[in-house]
Amino acid sequence: MTPRTDPDARGDLPLWTGIARQADYWWTVYKRTWRSSVVSSFLAPLFYVVAMGVILGGFIEGDPDQLEGASSYLAFVVPGLIAAHAMQTAVGETTYPVMGLIKWQKVYDSMLATPLQVGHLVGATLGFVLFRLVTTCAVFTAVLAPFGVYESWWGPFLAFLAQVLTGMAFAGLVYGFTARLQSESAFGLLFRLGVFPLFLFSGAFFPVDNLGAVGSWVARLTPLWHGVNLSRMLALDNVTWWLAGVNVAVLLVLCVLGWSWSVTGLRKRLVS
Amino acid sequence: MAVDTSTSMISARGLRKSFGDFEAVRGIDVDVRRGEAFGFLGPNGAGKSSTMRMVAAVSPVSGGELRILGMDPAVDGPAIRSRLGVCPQEDTLDTELNVRDNLYIYGRYFGMPKKEVRERVDELLEFVQLTDKADAKVEDLSGGMKRRLTIARSLVNRPDLLLLDEPTTGLDPQARHVLWDRLFRLKQAGVTLVITTHYMDEAEQLCDRLVVMDKGRIAAEGSPLDLIREHSTREVAELRFGVAAEGGSHEAVAEKVADLGERVEVLPDRLLVYSADGEEVVAKTLERGLRPVATLVRRSTLEDVFLRLTGRTLVD
Repeated sequence: MTPRTDPDARGDLPLWTGIARQADYWWTVYKRTWRSSVVSSFLAPLFYVVAMGVILGGFIEGDPDQLEGASSYLAFVVPGLIAAHAMQTAVGETTYPVMGLIKWQKVYDSMLATPLQVGHLVGATLGFVLFRLVTTCAVFTAVLAPFGVYESWWGPFLAFLAQVLTGMAFAGLVYGFTARLQSESAFGLLFRLGVFPLFLFSGAFFPVDNLGAVGSWVARLTPLWHGVNLSRMLALDNVTWWLAGVNVAVLLVLCVLGWSWSVTGLRKRLVS
Repeated sequence: MAVDTSTSMISARGLRKSFGDFEAVRGIDVDVRRGEAFGFLGPNGAGKSSTMRMVAAVSPVSGGELRILGMDPAVDGPAIRSRLGVCPQEDTLDTELNVRDNLYIYGRYFGMPKKEVRERVDELLEFVQLTDKADAKVEDLSGGMKRRLTIARSLVNRPDLLLLDEPTTGLDPQARHVLWDRLFRLKQAGVTLVITTHYMDEAEQLCDRLVVMDKGRIAAEGSPLDLIREHSTREVAELRFGVAAEGGSHEAVAEKVADLGERVEVLPDRLLVYSADGEEVVAKTLERGLRPVATLVRRSTLEDVFLRLTGRTLVD
């Protein structure tokens, strides 16, 4: 057999090259799983919007002062709900599926026998999470825009970016957590003590001021609150710009930390 | 980037691997030449797989020097791996993808153009006799078929060097023979093979040259025939005595036949008497009034070499 001439020179493979080489893999994964993801990505949150936003919201008097500037409870809850849903999507994609790639199917092991390196694996997996966030949040925004929940034409676009950023902040953190786990039993704890309380108490369903002085500040320290708040301010065209800057900065810092936490975790796990 | 045939495919000097306090590989020297089939023979835990992972440019070297295809794995991991084929001990196939997709997607990791991978996949399916299973799901394949698919996958990039870690462990005899036949064809085609195994028959079948590993070190090196010639006798007489054997134990009987061969090994269930003429050993044993319940005369194998070198059998 003739030796294959590799166009890649010596040393490390560029990050984008390594990620691009996995595009076919992730496309195949998506083709295999999109049907089931429709339920969790679109139907479940839609039920939330109908139940909480439309029906429950119908009982709530929409005083814009108490609802952070929203003209109705629906308008209040939707941007926060999409941000919270972005978190759940990201956590869902970086827990069991990543554990499968590492431990059950050992797909990562097979990838590391090729020119691909740890950073490429993390990059492509998080790239897939990004794709899932973009599609999920975009469909949501498109479906809800006609309900008059956005106050400006640019609101949906910026809020959408905020929601995707929120999801990515969680994706990196949870990926790094999963990479360090020996067994999946800790996921139950993560969902019950992490994701669920965040979902309920980070301002998606009610203004965090209702949690009392201490409670509201605790809520404001959580990553999800930054995403919810940013998403809502942009959707309602009620932006306090310095606060938006803080929200973006926190989420970006978490993305960067999450990336390096993930790469070091996976390297420790697979390259020993 | 053709490798000069005079340079070695793998060259290790004082190669070490440790995990915390545990030393899996304790300073080994290895040279693998282009086109040969080279084996690491040893029991589980001898350091074979750790060595393989270093050679596969996946596991960092803890000490010593390692060059693969003339390159340093610490610096040129991706370039080295682009020219390796790796068949791991445990199948790492994507069980939810079909057979063809497993190969196609793997080829893409190497940066091969789509059209080229598609052609290569058809070629490989033919080679491992899985063409009619191309659209089957991996989980529906038998163990032997999965192994063949893993081997096909390791060949997708037309590697210069193929690493096979325990390629036939867990397969039934027929599936093993099919696999050996495929590997033999690869060897004929000039692919350099590096094989780890704890099966002496596999090593004898496939390897031109091998090292016997034990406890992280190399105990001996040579061709299977040379190793047998050097460390064992031509024949072995296996003598099995009853429970209430003469003298009460196999050890006691061993003393009575010790002078019949060059060496006697006492195993839990039998004695091995090493001699150039096994039949003569059996005849003389009977002449001395000893009554083994079963006797067997056979040629020495690598198993005997291993026993001689380490005092232990390969498969516990």
